[in-house]
Amino acid sequence: MKKLVLFSLVLCAAWSYGQSPRYTEAMKKNLDLMDSAKTTADFQNVANAFDRIGEAEKNQWLPFYYAGLALTRIGWMDEKVDKDANAEKVKAECDKAEAIEKNAEILTIRNMAATQEMLVDPQTRWQNYGMEASADLQKAIQLDPNNPRIYYLQGMSIFNTPEQFGGGKDKAKPIFEKSIELYKKEQSKPLYPNWGRDQAEKMLAQCQ
Amino acid sequence: MLWTLLTWTLGGAAQTTIHGKVRDTKSHPVPGASISIKNTYEGATSDSSGNFSFTTLEHGDFLLTVTSQGYNDFQQPVTLNNQPITVSAIVKEKLDEMRAVTITAGSFAAGDSKRAAVLSSLDVATTAGSNADITAALKTLPGTSQVGEQEGLFVRGGAGYETKQFIDGELVNNPYYSSVPDLAQRGRFSPFLFKGTVFSTGGYSALYGQALSSALLLESIDLPDHSEIDASFSPLFVGAGTQQLANNKKSSWGINYGYTNLQLYFDAVRQDIDYFRVPQVHTADANFRIKTKSGGMIKYYTTFSYNQLGIRRPDVDSADLKDAFGLRNYNWYNNLTWKEYLKNGWKMNLGASYSTNKDNILQQVQNGGDQPQAFSDSAFWMAYKNFTLVHRQDLSQAKAVFEKKLGGISAIRFGSECWYSYDNSNFNDTFRAKLRDNYTAVFAESDIYLTNEIAAKIGGRVEYSSILNKSDIAPRVSLAYKTGKDAQVSMAYGIFYQKPENSQLDYATNLGYTRATHYIINYQKMSNDRIFRVEAYYKKYDDLVKTVPLFYSFYTTFNNAGSGYAQGIDFFWRDKKTIKNFDYWISYSYLDTKRDYLNYPKQLMPNYAATHTASIVMKRFITKIKMGLNVTYSYASPRPYYNLMLDNTNKFYIADQGKTKDYNSMNFSAEYVPSAGNIKAKTFLVLFASATNVLGYNAIYGYNYSFTGSEKQAITPPAKRFYFVGLFLSWGVDRSQDAINNNL
Repeated sequence: MKKLVLFSLVLCAAWSYGQSPRYTEAMKKNLDLMDSAKTTADFQNVANAFDRIGEAEKNQWLPFYYAGLALTRIGWMDEKVDKDANAEKVKAECDKAEAIEKNAEILTIRNMAATQEMLVDPQTRWQNYGMEASADLQKAIQLDPNNPRIYYLQGMSIFNTPEQFGGGKDKAKPIFEKSIELYKKEQSKPLYPNWGRDQAEKMLAQCQ
Repeated sequence: MLWTLLTWTLGGAAQTTIHGKVRDTKSHPVPGASISIKNTYEGATSDSSGNFSFTTLEHGDFLLTVTSQGYNDFQQPVTLNNQPITVSAIVKEKLDEMRAVTITAGSFAAGDSKRAAVLSSLDVATTAGSNADITAALKTLPGTSQVGEQEGLFVRGGAGYETKQFIDGELVNNPYYSSVPDLAQRGRFSPFLFKGTVFSTGGYSALYGQALSSALLLESIDLPDHSEIDASFSPLFVGAGTQQLANNKKSSWGINYGYTNLQLYFDAVRQDIDYFRVPQVHTADANFRIKTKSGGMIKYYTTFSYNQLGIRRPDVDSADLKDAFGLRNYNWYNNLTWKEYLKNGWKMNLGASYSTNKDNILQQVQNGGDQPQAFSDSAFWMAYKNFTLVHRQDLSQAKAVFEKKLGGISAIRFGSECWYSYDNSNFNDTFRAKLRDNYTAVFAESDIYLTNEIAAKIGGRVEYSSILNKSDIAPRVSLAYKTGKDAQVSMAYGIFYQKPENSQLDYATNLGYTRATHYIINYQKMSNDRIFRVEAYYKKYDDLVKTVPLFYSFYTTFNNAGSGYAQGIDFFWRDKKTIKNFDYWISYSYLDTKRDYLNYPKQLMPNYAATHTASIVMKRFITKIKMGLNVTYSYASPRPYYNLMLDNTNKFYIADQGKTKDYNSMNFSAEYVPSAGNIKAKTFLVLFASATNVLGYNAIYGYNYSFTGSEKQAITPPAKRFYFVGLFLSWGVDRSQDAINNNL
């Protein structure tokens, strides 16, 4: 019974956001698929599925956002994939999402795409893509200063910068802490992004 | 009852199965393509063999769409009525600038961050031996000669003046500090002014002309990232400047001043030649840049410099006399460009530039007590060494280029340029020459992409020079074919014309253009951190300027009777991957060239050419100590030298000839970047030190002969080694982020 009430509540909430149950269901199914995805093909599959939902719905930014997110997973884990081409796809999804709504969440995806492009050849690319990645986060902070994922990504960038150049554990630690604090306060909205808390906690543990 | 109804309904909405295969036009499977029933959630993704299969509950007429990155969409109407559907989707590759082949024959592109760069401005600064001189760094690339006694880029058998420099498309008349006998001068422009460099060793675009061998295309930077104040200190110079970026980041301005004085340096490091006037340079520059509403850019750059020096060397014709050469130079350079995006895919580039350069030269033969010596006309070979020369060179130019994209990435561009040059020389107040030339060119060029694998660039220019009163037509063609991932073959052909030098036109105005025909074939394999390229070429020279001696005087005139050829092969390998934090490149050039020009009695290998030239450049940044170490080693095989004298019939003959010893040079430089450690540093500091020729080879570039030919004097650098140490500071902005990203 409890579950049923919850379900109806979610349903109502979904309706009130202008979302059909069909949409909610399809999104949920693909979010589960994304959680269990392991290979590049899995992520590609789920990204395409999200993109189809977005194309059919026309006024939802979340499907495109998740299509982009799934593709960034490929960029992080697949050594062999053409990172430039993949980032281009990610940014194309972001463009579609931003045509509907501009927000900080989409900018975090853009940040990851630019970071992945920068990492192809940091020496020559930092000037363009490093700047682009940090500008994305700056813009995101302006739009939503309390978004924990922004600080998680910022922490990652500092964590991966050598200590000699002002990066490293000590500098990253307070930023991960801030991120986790914000994760704790974050109110979950159905279908809205909520990733990053576990990773941020793991990273903070590494900073100790 | 309800139960049956439910099953019945579901059964009625029975599924349609759609399966199929996605292939490209060459029947290769396309994996990862997204197949969708338009306006529904239904669809699938093609697997590694291009196959897909899915079932849908939808019913009726729909559009099936196949999308895949890099391909045009595929669409097919389908009727979903429970019958299985088989789809065979053929997707056509999209023409795409990033994936398409680029024409690389003849050119080294640098600075673009997406396509791996060959040399960036930071590379120029950290190439040991370059001391932040663009030309010196380019001499580590194949196709260039190690010429140390004259400024300029001597490319593939071409003389230094056969390479021209262009800033934002505009010819630079005096790219180097004024010539000093047997002493190469630096370039006037800092590598940090430019975001991109294309060094073309031949076969360059129809947008440029009047360079027989090579074009160096420099593209100036756009808006700076932030405002800053800079200062630099060295025993050799001091400098200060600022760049100010407007708050809306739409415009910026900047000014800089620098002063160089080598007195302290000469006190510390003995020079083999006697500087009676220590080299001093004042430079000042200013710029503004404005971003226009449609994303275009207006840029203005101006620089003024004054420099002076005086050197004294032993006179080759006598045991106790000396030649004193004094120079004062004034140079003012201006460049204004406007790049704008117009409607319907048109792009416009307008440019105007003005430069003026004045040399005041005094040369004297002096005795042991540094007193000037006079000679009668009967000793004309001594008399002509006493002279004054006031030489002014002005160049005004305007250039317009329009470009339009044609369906996808093919493009046409065309335009016109006009140069008005004024050259006034006053020799001893007795010989005055004034030259004025109106040079006009119209050019057109088209980039044609047949597929992502095949591209062609076809163009031509028509040029007219009023002083020659002649026009010419210069066709240019190049092709590129992609042979595999990251690998390609390109070819280039072109005819290149160049006006004779003003010093020749002063004596002969019936001259025509000199001409070179280039044939180039190139293979290149390039990934982000490795580049391999090999390029073979053949060049034919016609109508080169020849010196015609006049009887009973030491005056000469000129004609276009010269000719020659150059052929060779260049190799280049750069690798940033094999060893972490270690970047190196190796270049090797083989050159076979002969030309009959100036006073050569027949086709000879020119005295600036070497058969084998090689360089290895190594760079390593050690994060732990925040320090970069750079080593460059260059080698050139012996160069020929000649003593060309006149015989009784007033014809030149080879009175003596030989080959210099081979050239070796090992250079070292290091930069220390301590403020990189502090993320909040308001001061960014770089300490830079360098030494050339650390192993102390005695370089000999050639020989000067006495009038009788009985004596010869080796041409050597003024000192065995050159040392530099400098401190560069910038304030007001967090630049440490740059260093961080640079060394991730």
